[in-house]
Amino acid sequence: MNFDFSDAQKMIRQTAQEFTERYVAPLAAELDQTGEFPRETFGRMAAHGFTGIGIPEEYGGSGGSDIEKVIVVSELAKKCGATAATLSIHMIFPAVILKFGSEEQKKKYLPAMADGGKISAFALTEPNAGSDAAAVKTTALKDGDHYILNGTKCFITGGGQADHLVVFALTDPSKGLKGLSALVVDKGMPGFSIGKIEDKMGIRASETVELIFDNCRVPAENLVGKEGAGFKIAMTALDGARIGVAAQALGIAEGALEETVKYMKERVQFGKPLTALQGLNWYVAEMATKIECARWMTYRAATLKIKGEPYTKEAAMAKYNASETALFVTNLALQIHGGYGYMKDYPLERMMRDAKITQIYEGTSEIHKVVIAREVLK
Amino acid sequence: MNSIVCIKQVPNTNEVRINQETGTLIRDGVPSIINPDDKNAIEGALKIKEELGGTVTVITMGPEQAKAALREAMAMGADRAILLSDRAFAGSDTWATATILAAALEKIGETDLIFCGRQAIDGDTAQVGPELAEFLDIPQVTYAKEVSVEKGRVRVTRYGEFGDYIMEARMPVMLTAIRELNEPRLPHVRNIIGAWEKKEIEVWTMEDLTIDPTQIGLKGSPTNVFRSFVPVREKQSEIIQGNTPREKAALLLDRLSSQKLV
Repeated sequence: MNFDFSDAQKMIRQTAQEFTERYVAPLAAELDQTGEFPRETFGRMAAHGFTGIGIPEEYGGSGGSDIEKVIVVSELAKKCGATAATLSIHMIFPAVILKFGSEEQKKKYLPAMADGGKISAFALTEPNAGSDAAAVKTTALKDGDHYILNGTKCFITGGGQADHLVVFALTDPSKGLKGLSALVVDKGMPGFSIGKIEDKMGIRASETVELIFDNCRVPAENLVGKEGAGFKIAMTALDGARIGVAAQALGIAEGALEETVKYMKERVQFGKPLTALQGLNWYVAEMATKIECARWMTYRAATLKIKGEPYTKEAAMAKYNASETALFVTNLALQIHGGYGYMKDYPLERMMRDAKITQIYEGTSEIHKVVIAREVLK
Repeated sequence: MNSIVCIKQVPNTNEVRINQETGTLIRDGVPSIINPDDKNAIEGALKIKEELGGTVTVITMGPEQAKAALREAMAMGADRAILLSDRAFAGSDTWATATILAAALEKIGETDLIFCGRQAIDGDTAQVGPELAEFLDIPQVTYAKEVSVEKGRVRVTRYGEFGDYIMEARMPVMLTAIRELNEPRLPHVRNIIGAWEKKEIEVWTMEDLTIDPTQIGLKGSPTNVFRSFVPVREKQSEIIQGNTPREKAALLLDRLSSQKLV
């Protein structure tokens, strides 16, 4: 049993904190208003090696693993949930290539994903295939040395900005899920276009879009793994991505508590600071305890993943718990701030909106309960 | 263009707490950082390296824990790190510290630029850099806010209270960096991992250096801390009331002369 971070991990956290203070926090409120993707910040994250975490050095990455990912994503999320989401979601694609891609694909995509400033996205969801991921309708039928991609993906975070996307489509519709495959689609491929850009409640700067594939010709070499391996790739990717969402939720909750502690020390009511009011102190105790729980569940899931042990249940629990915690904590934090919390001059209302998505994407809380129960009852 | 940067690990606080009985700093629970001006010094050396090539060596004197500061400097991009650590060095004042650093720099050998921070936030003496230059018998420019190397000479914009000086010096030269010199970079994640898991820190003791033992350590230090204390801040202000500036000035003058201050 060891709950200690290494010296390098502590320095990575310190660096992520300073990065966030310097480059992320000053933009957070504005990005929330404009909904503009933080392209410049993303470039800075690449320059500092954040985007390359989990990618080995031999492929131009930063090294490190899921622990370092959680550290950086949660530190960003303390100040800006949208920026944290852009990084966390970007990290799915390289993880898929690293685990399932060919050596050529690794050499082609990983260096670009690491320090190259290229953005990636993960496209599984469709209008009728949300929690029911098996209901994918998009097809990719073989035509010589190409696949012809047809269909529509929706709610794809970062999809409009992405240089490379991993898209899930049926290469053999007659086989259902066993005919699902993963293909890399590059920005600008003929027949691939961006549809509706969503106007979201939270993480507004993380640009969420509809992707339209109309006879889009994808070279056969862009197939990731084998034909029919798509469902396994998607589920494996989602297991990992859940740790990323848990990290976002954890960071948002930690950030909201930090704001609350600062406010309670400064704000005077009834002639004394809010810290003198026991009723509010009890809220703080509840918030801090739930955050502590979310923190260690998240790092525990990441640790299992690194060790190569089964972690589906733990990742689902970490994500479910952290996202519920994020909403609980931001709600109370806003309540403690009173009227000020409800105003856009303070970050609490934004944090609460940003927290909500963590209960929904990469699987809803309800789907996570299904996953957890299935693991417990098996 | 080879540079050496002399850095110091300091407690991360501007409100240094002092043990009233012993007069020493209370370091427990206070995280240690690279002295802020020294980070500007590191960045200055790294910028020169990026522009003109060469190496950056970072050096510090201190206990084992000071290695963390050297690791951070390596994460920022320094190529080589040396820790000067020996019981004989303990208690050294600025004179003794500069003596030890000078011996280490002599051992390193040929160097073009020596960067130090202006001063450390714990001692605030601003003496070690200039003393080091004196011991090495090389030119020095303090308060550097701009540095460039042109035709084998260093051109430095030196901050001054009443205006800046633009100075040129031959190399090797010792420069002290101020905050205005640059914005220290944040390290790349790969370099952080490399600095902790792959790079080595050289540790030099008395045996590695040619030093007169009477010039270093507590006994060799000409300055001794007699007593440290936190000054009690008493703030009593009074705003002088009056209808015109002239009237207020007259009232102020009356008050000052009645107190025999003017």
